[in-house]
Amino acid sequence: MTGAASVPLLQVANLRTGFLQGGEVVRAVDGVDFHVGAGETFALVGESGSGKSVTALSVLRLLPQNGRILSGSVALAGEDLLQLPELMMGRVRGRRIGVIFQDPQTSLNPVLTVGTQIGEVLAWHGLRRGRAAADRTLELLEQVGLPEPRRAVSAYPHQLSGGMRQRVMIAIALAGEPELLIADEPTTALDVTLQAQILAVLKTLQCDLGMALWLITHDLGIVAEMADRVAVMQSGRIVETADCKRFFARPEHPYSRQLLERLPRLSACRNHRDAGGDAPPLTLLEVRDFKVYYPVRKGVFQRVVDQVRAVDGVSLELPRGRTLALVGESGCGKTTLGKALLRLIDHNEGELRYDGVNLSRPGSDDAQRRLRAPMQIVFQDPFSAMNPRMLVGDIIEEGLRALRPEIGHDSRRERVETLLVSVGLPPDARIRYPHEFSGGQRQRICIARALAVEPRLLVCDEPTSALDVSVQAQILALLVDLQRRLGLSYLFITHDLGVVAEIAHEVAVMYQGRIVEQGPTAQVLLAPAHPYTRRLLAAVPKLRCG
Amino acid sequence: MIPTLFWTDGLFFLVLAMAGALVLVMRRREHFRRPWRTVSRSTPAMVSLVVIAVYLAVGIVDSVHFFPRADAAGSAAGANEPISLLDHWLGGLRTRTEKTYSEPFAAYAYAKEHLPTADGGQRWDYPRLTYGGAHLVDPESERVRDIAVTGVRGAGQGGLMWLIAAAGIAALIARSRREPIGRVVHRVARGQTPLPWRAMLLTLLLLCVGGGAIAEWSAHYHVFGTDKVGADVLYQTIKSIRTGLLIGTLTTFVTLPLALVLGLAAGYFRGWADDLIQYLYTTLNSIPHVLLIAAAILLTQVYMAKHEEAFASLALRADLRLLFLCLILGLTNWTGLCRLLRAETLKLRELEYVQAARALGVRDHGILLRHILPNVFHIVLISVVLDFSGLVLAEAVLSYINIGVDPTTESWGNMINSARLELAREPPVWWSLAAAFVFMFTLVLAANLFADAVRDALDPRRAE
Repeated sequence: MTGAASVPLLQVANLRTGFLQGGEVVRAVDGVDFHVGAGETFALVGESGSGKSVTALSVLRLLPQNGRILSGSVALAGEDLLQLPELMMGRVRGRRIGVIFQDPQTSLNPVLTVGTQIGEVLAWHGLRRGRAAADRTLELLEQVGLPEPRRAVSAYPHQLSGGMRQRVMIAIALAGEPELLIADEPTTALDVTLQAQILAVLKTLQCDLGMALWLITHDLGIVAEMADRVAVMQSGRIVETADCKRFFARPEHPYSRQLLERLPRLSACRNHRDAGGDAPPLTLLEVRDFKVYYPVRKGVFQRVVDQVRAVDGVSLELPRGRTLALVGESGCGKTTLGKALLRLIDHNEGELRYDGVNLSRPGSDDAQRRLRAPMQIVFQDPFSAMNPRMLVGDIIEEGLRALRPEIGHDSRRERVETLLVSVGLPPDARIRYPHEFSGGQRQRICIARALAVEPRLLVCDEPTSALDVSVQAQILALLVDLQRRLGLSYLFITHDLGVVAEIAHEVAVMYQGRIVEQGPTAQVLLAPAHPYTRRLLAAVPKLRCG
Repeated sequence: MIPTLFWTDGLFFLVLAMAGALVLVMRRREHFRRPWRTVSRSTPAMVSLVVIAVYLAVGIVDSVHFFPRADAAGSAAGANEPISLLDHWLGGLRTRTEKTYSEPFAAYAYAKEHLPTADGGQRWDYPRLTYGGAHLVDPESERVRDIAVTGVRGAGQGGLMWLIAAAGIAALIARSRREPIGRVVHRVARGQTPLPWRAMLLTLLLLCVGGGAIAEWSAHYHVFGTDKVGADVLYQTIKSIRTGLLIGTLTTFVTLPLALVLGLAAGYFRGWADDLIQYLYTTLNSIPHVLLIAAAILLTQVYMAKHEEAFASLALRADLRLLFLCLILGLTNWTGLCRLLRAETLKLRELEYVQAARALGVRDHGILLRHILPNVFHIVLISVVLDFSGLVLAEAVLSYINIGVDPTTESWGNMINSARLELAREPPVWWSLAAAFVFMFTLVLAANLFADAVRDALDPRRAE
């Protein structure tokens, strides 16, 4: 980790890459220059669609069918990779350049054991065979810190957890003893605590093996922890390259400054509006001993042999006009809880009171349907949250048609247009299809759809996780604004503690189906009581804490 | 002339009307128009569509039935048997039967006979045909020249018809796009129109010229020869078009509602409904389909034999047997589509927009109609178009083992079935098989090419 060496290991000059679309070339990478020195950690940062992954694929010459490298040069230790025949390039990939992709789920072959997949790399590059290969495989798995490496060798990918799979991916990337390791969003699909572990593994390995690490990420928090140098990419161009320390102290380009400012930080909860805290707010939603179990069925007759306790005795109170954040890692049951509160999933035990009315006792179908209006949901993925075959206007008025059939056609249309304006979209968005909108705009439409039936409570299930930092900030601002104007209450489900600090009045930390800690945001984030909360907070990159 | 409507006629027109209505509905929806626009830009698809349209036109004309007028009945074979508009137009072809086999374009029969000679003795030789080449004085010397002349004349007439049709189409394009007709002709000729008009018109030209020549020939010859009882093979194979089309379309009439209702219900409601439907189709799938079809066809035969008075005419019986064949083919064929729809619905019902609709209090039927159905519709379209050609072929196979359509119904399957014995003759009678093969092959190939284009355009995994 000596910073830029005199002869850079990887030198990319004036790289231009485009995609053929209907006879035209759409530029994805537009004249990119950078270098990665031997043993150095270089981070390429940018939002989705900025061309950072395409840059990596161009260097590896793994572009999709319609991708073309238009001009430029890529030199690995002085050798131009773009001029190599494909046969020689196959010896570079995996041998001299190792790659880790974002999703360990799809990057591993599900029908081969971990050992076979690592052995394949060793054999292909002629490094080890037979016994020696088996020994080396074991050594690699130990290196990446996989618990019980001997068992992992004969395990299939589906038998491992997400974090373990990503470790296997790293082991495969390291098998060729590369000089350069490209890590494309290596931790995006993982939880915070796992992310911290994987990053630590990468860091140690880099020190031990002295290879260069080219990190591609959208998360400045990771960059601050890992990188020696940073390059910020925006719409196919690198707008700023700088030493890591200098970058975080004095970002020069306005876009870099914007990225840094928009980053949700834990400290945001200090300057929180606790103005509402004078009078004790009235309770809107009350949950007691709430339990949701999934039956595990086995055998020909599908007998129930066990229960998965997704939500295991949760008690919550959500005050009117406030935001309660539900925090936890994937699989802790927070989404299940959110859906069960909306009665999209049946709960097994417990009491659910909305505004004093007990909702857990099933009434007639019609009564149940009428009680749906006050509680609505906004989902994580704005792409699958809307029927692609319906017009935006029809999507928004769907709830009105179902719950308020008495409203006429004209006033319904008026309502839709007002709603679109209130979420910051033009009224004529009504007659367009969802695919014509960007991710952030779609999330706005989803919010408008939820607001159409005039709910008092919105369950927001990771509404900003699929969005870029700058869009994320806009959506959070919209939610805060709507809360002030309409007096909405939010149950904000998220794994991102930075977002929690920005928006929540109170936090509940969920772990294995139970709530382990609950309290005002500042108290939970700054003075955590439960060890699990402390572990979560410790895993958050330092930049996000400051 | 008293018009009459067979069961299959009525249902065929109903299917056509529904397809037409569907097209009208889809034209209004942008997300349906987009993939169909891709289909309309594809040359193989549109050329296939021209071919399919010609087959369809023949099928429609052959589905308008009536009883010929009583006074003209004397000349017709069975006075009380209804005939179709196509029979009416092809009148000569239907009635000009020879004694037995004759080769295509032959003037003499295929087998030798004892012929009376001028001096009252007998001669062992090939007799002249009653109709085929009857106008020739000396077939040996005149036949080839006559065939060429007639062919050219027919092709010329066909070409003329094509010119009129092409001019009409050009005028229509010019009117709809408000361009001078000269420009339109120029652009079509250079292949610069968004729709592949040039290729479509060339296909039409080929069909017109070929059709014209065959029409002209068939006035004096048996273009595809004659079969065992001397009937014209060309007439048989043209009549078979309706049978093929009916089996391809009416069967979907049975499969679609079953597959849609059961597939969506199983996937959406899960639980006991899912169990029941799954058991139903796995059970149905494990019975050999040929057995089911044979049983159903034999049952109808027995039923019709017992209630002879209700089925007065031969045509009515043949028609009902065709209908039952379609029904039973449909009943054995819905499982595949149902399984696909169930799987897709299982996936869709967990999607967030369906969850959101439930949170908004939308009822189940609303979710099924507005969210699930439109999103599985591409599967329905693809599988219907793909199944069509399979069903046309299935008819041929079933007729071959005698559980297909009625033996009196003209169908490619029956023609191929009879060819089994004809090919064993020495010298072999090859023309029945060849005619059935050419006509069936053209239809199935066109349907398959069209289905390919439809799948490419509608399947979200293939689009981009």
